[in-house]
Amino acid sequence: MKVNRRQFIKIGAGAVGATAFSGLTTRWWGLDKDPVHDPGTEGTKVVPTFCELCFWKCGVLAHVKDGRVTKLKGNPAHPLSRGKLCPRGTGGTGLLYDPDRLKRPMIRVEKRGEQVFEEVSWDAALDEVAGKMLAIREKHGPEALALFTHGFGGSWFSHLIKAYGSPNIAAPSYAQCRGPREVGYWLTFGQGLGSPEAIDMEHTRCLVLIGSHLGENMHNTQVQDMSRAIARGAELVVVDPRFSTAAGKARYWLPIKPGSDIALLLAWMNVIITEKRYDIDYVEKYTTGFDELRAHVADKTPEWAYPHTGIEPERIRETGRFIASFKPASLIHPGRRTTWYGDDTQRIRAMAIVAALLGSWGRRGGYLLPSKMSLPRFPYTAYAYHPREKADRPGSLYPLADETLASGLCDATIPGKSVYDIKAWLVYGTNLLQSLPDPRQTKEAIQKLEFIAAIDVLPVELTGWADVVLPESTYLERCDDLHVARYKEPFIAVRQPVVEPMYDSKPGWWIARELGRRLGLEDYFPWKDSVEYALARVKAGGYDCEELKRTGVIRGKPVPVTEEEGVALSFATGSGKIELYSKPLEMLGHDPMPVYRAPDEPPPGMFRLLFGRSPVHSFGRSTNNRFLALADPENEVWVNASVARDLPGLGGPLKSGELVVLVNQDGVRSQPVKAKVTQRIRGDCVYMVHGFGHTAKGLTFARGRGASDSELITRYKVDPIMGGTGMNVNFVRIERATASTT
Amino acid sequence: MTMDTRLCVGCQACVLACKAENALPEKGYRDWVVSETRGEFPTLVQENRSERCNHCDDPPCVSACPTGASHVAEGGAVLVTHYKCSGCKACIAACPYNARYVHSEGYVDKCTFCLHRVQRGEKPGCVDICPTSALRFGDLSDPGSDVSKALRSRKYKVLKPELGLKPNLYFLL
Repeated sequence: MKVNRRQFIKIGAGAVGATAFSGLTTRWWGLDKDPVHDPGTEGTKVVPTFCELCFWKCGVLAHVKDGRVTKLKGNPAHPLSRGKLCPRGTGGTGLLYDPDRLKRPMIRVEKRGEQVFEEVSWDAALDEVAGKMLAIREKHGPEALALFTHGFGGSWFSHLIKAYGSPNIAAPSYAQCRGPREVGYWLTFGQGLGSPEAIDMEHTRCLVLIGSHLGENMHNTQVQDMSRAIARGAELVVVDPRFSTAAGKARYWLPIKPGSDIALLLAWMNVIITEKRYDIDYVEKYTTGFDELRAHVADKTPEWAYPHTGIEPERIRETGRFIASFKPASLIHPGRRTTWYGDDTQRIRAMAIVAALLGSWGRRGGYLLPSKMSLPRFPYTAYAYHPREKADRPGSLYPLADETLASGLCDATIPGKSVYDIKAWLVYGTNLLQSLPDPRQTKEAIQKLEFIAAIDVLPVELTGWADVVLPESTYLERCDDLHVARYKEPFIAVRQPVVEPMYDSKPGWWIARELGRRLGLEDYFPWKDSVEYALARVKAGGYDCEELKRTGVIRGKPVPVTEEEGVALSFATGSGKIELYSKPLEMLGHDPMPVYRAPDEPPPGMFRLLFGRSPVHSFGRSTNNRFLALADPENEVWVNASVARDLPGLGGPLKSGELVVLVNQDGVRSQPVKAKVTQRIRGDCVYMVHGFGHTAKGLTFARGRGASDSELITRYKVDPIMGGTGMNVNFVRIERATASTT
Repeated sequence: MTMDTRLCVGCQACVLACKAENALPEKGYRDWVVSETRGEFPTLVQENRSERCNHCDDPPCVSACPTGASHVAEGGAVLVTHYKCSGCKACIAACPYNARYVHSEGYVDKCTFCLHRVQRGEKPGCVDICPTSALRFGDLSDPGSDVSKALRSRKYKVLKPELGLKPNLYFLL
């Protein structure tokens, strides 16, 4: 092999110029008589596309050789990946080549949940689904059908269901995940944070993580930005009952008592206001309600917060001062899954108010004000307006919720619970038995349905309950809609098919269109395929289709995103200002400023169950992905080391690796799971990674590995402001698995 | 190679990118992540490391190899020539870093610094993927290289220095 020396030198020296040549003459690496073995994974074809292992949508370069995807690399041209991927992103092949994939359409032949199906043709399956949908519409009206969806491919089905006439379309990623955050920031600043979150982690000088465990939660771009910030000397303050990976990098770790974050935030406000450490000009110019806030927090001293939070007053004072010292480049990270205790919108409000005091909204190193590139929608026939209220009753129950509640639609499936009953579900890409709280309740709702169909890639628990199962192609086998990102460097990205669909799977656009045709909605699908659809949009926007196909992304010019760069700050709130005091909340009977109310304590001998993420996994979606899961095959229950020495009823110390069973307050028992006895968690809670403990028999790798937190979440506390389901309110006791199984 | 423990979040992207790049068998890994926590609640210190073959200047695996399969290649990387390897595992026993395993095809396998990529002017797979940019690869004898500069400006350590093997994987502290 001939080596180009200049290329070679680039590796060692980067762009340092002539000095790079020194010392290299004897270092011709690997140039033996036995040539370096090349594993041959370089693609003969490299297709740019974007990832679907999670919702972040990083740009990927898929290497293809002999018709197989050999490896996935980060697309350097894509602003969210910048040439890098998180571990999950490398694992798309594990999904594509998962031997457990749904291969052919299936119709259930035994009762729901038994997971006994018969393989049928696409025509038979589609006729069945469309026939049932027509019957439901005829009998109950189109609103009796609900669509649950997760993932980027869901847009085809949202379109289908809007055309069909139902307003009931929901994703668990709202009421079970980021909903409180969107509402909390919107109430305060007049706008939510979106995805990717419009925050300037890269330039922040102080990053405050409240329960967010970035680094274990692998949002590629954010982890890159956090790393850049740390490399440049930024400080971290981490508030978490658990010593997270991020806590290991922090100047301050505050091991807060679970559920008391609002108390800490109020005490920080107290310190920042009474010591005049806030951004006085910014608060004066842009906020309303400061006097009320000052009075509200006057007695919320660190001493007041201490018994609630377990954080010593001096520590609260010190960290409050520390955070304020970096203003405005001091960023309270908004978090992602914020459905914890049912007072979540108020906690987020408290975070937003601290951010406002620091003057970090719209400032470098704080929150950004990005925009999207303009791209016309496809010129579809307008959807018929649906006159009935959505079944989760946003008008009467949660007027501040800005998306439909998946849990609300599930509730409305129990007869008589809402203004009308949901009678049929279409479920796209979400395993509702793991993504909604209390799976018992979800199963009860499913049993009330006249019809349920699931579109998925894998035979998860939910598909086992469906009447018809439609096997979708993976993201590497299909083209979806365009990703038009609201980002500091706006861009449009394309998902292109990398390889042909395997088995008898079909892409979502095809399934939606074929259903549409059978429902008499062909006018809503006037394109040959999704490529034609996407290219029509790109052309209508005046962009270069060839560039998009070649590079996977069309990048807009970076736009000004901060006040420093010339953006005039404006706030789409009722007052036109940042609302420290919220009149809308007051009018609706909620606290206009966050009030701390102590959560219920775990009963003696029980622990609060907390859950989070592994960097290798996306919820339960990847735990059957052998490429990924072999590197992280099961979850563990984290138990505080001091507590583990003397657990009630165990008759001796618990050791790491021992199998335990968790039993929750309602007597629900987990599958056996290994204990991780550690110094890294408080003694009043236990922690596990979400997404394990599968029971679906079709998941031959994941089934029976680890335990499912979802099974133990039989209680949840609904956020009265936006209907989110706070799930950190369950308590468990610990038994030895051997004792419990004998 | 340098590995910045301050930046590493222990996510295993390096482990999986290596696995894909080198088409490793199901249970084969050439690199791995170690996360160490010291102290007692709530006073804790954590260190994350992405570890692999140290490509020692005095590699005991090479001395232990009876067939000459394990060798120091020009430039200093320690490599295994597949066809010469009998799979006797003497090198595995000799390596104090536990960096080697038996490939499903019978030969002993380990990190190659992805020299097949380096020869094309690319970074090793693990370095290329790392979302935190904790890994850097370059020529230690070149004072202008990123790795040399990092070692001049930062505190660092190597693993098991007492063995005197002169390992070439440096952990920045």
